[in-house]
Amino acid sequence: MELTRRKALALGSGALAAYGVGILPAVASLADDEIAKVTGGAEAAAGELTVTAPEIAENGNTVPIEISAPGAVMVAIFADGNPTPNVATFKFGPLNPTRMAATRIRLASTQNVIAIAQMEDGSFQRAQAEVKVTIGGCGG
Amino acid sequence: MADNVKPRVRVPKSASAGETITIKTLISHTMESGQRKDKEGNLIPRSIINRFVVDFNGENVIDVTLEPAISTNPYFQFDATVPETGEFTFTWYDDDGSVYTESKSIDVA
Repeated sequence: MELTRRKALALGSGALAAYGVGILPAVASLADDEIAKVTGGAEAAAGELTVTAPEIAENGNTVPIEISAPGAVMVAIFADGNPTPNVATFKFGPLNPTRMAATRIRLASTQNVIAIAQMEDGSFQRAQAEVKVTIGGCGG
Repeated sequence: MADNVKPRVRVPKSASAGETITIKTLISHTMESGQRKDKEGNLIPRSIINRFVVDFNGENVIDVTLEPAISTNPYFQFDATVPETGEFTFTWYDDDGSVYTESKSIDVA
């Protein structure tokens, strides 16, 4: 087949669509694997845990996020579209009354920021926020 | 990459007993993720701060495990209860074994 510019473009966009459909579940399961390591497979329900992140981040190199997890002893943050999904783990000590924290993270592309909180009674909570990233933050 | 690492911490100078205060910390560090490549296409090795701990008079406030997905110049904001006059100690642990510390005292009126 002769590869014209038009055909090449069509092929490219087709491949991109296939990439989007094909690769997403794989990436998501990578994050799910890491989450399972934290929870030990236990069910994580929605609760008072919240993740605050901008809807659109122009620069994926520094995306401000904030977590608030009343009653949590530990909060782990994951980014399901990063090459390594783990972002950070916060352990709260006895002198931390609000169990909130804010930091800045790197996001490679548009994806979900997922927080898993371990509560004082050992149960888990889950919250997530989608961030649209214009310029990825993982370098070439 | 332990050059030019400078911790900055903001803690109120005084508080009333049992008050909740907000602490902001920043440390200048490249946080090289280990994903980037140099001009020749070689992977730049990972070099990050991997742990950040804050204590007040020996009691823990927050203990953070950092991964390469934390931005350059790691910034953290969090709250702490101040039961009495004392000192906050901030400790950052680098991949290369360096440990950076900073401390701030606070008066309880």
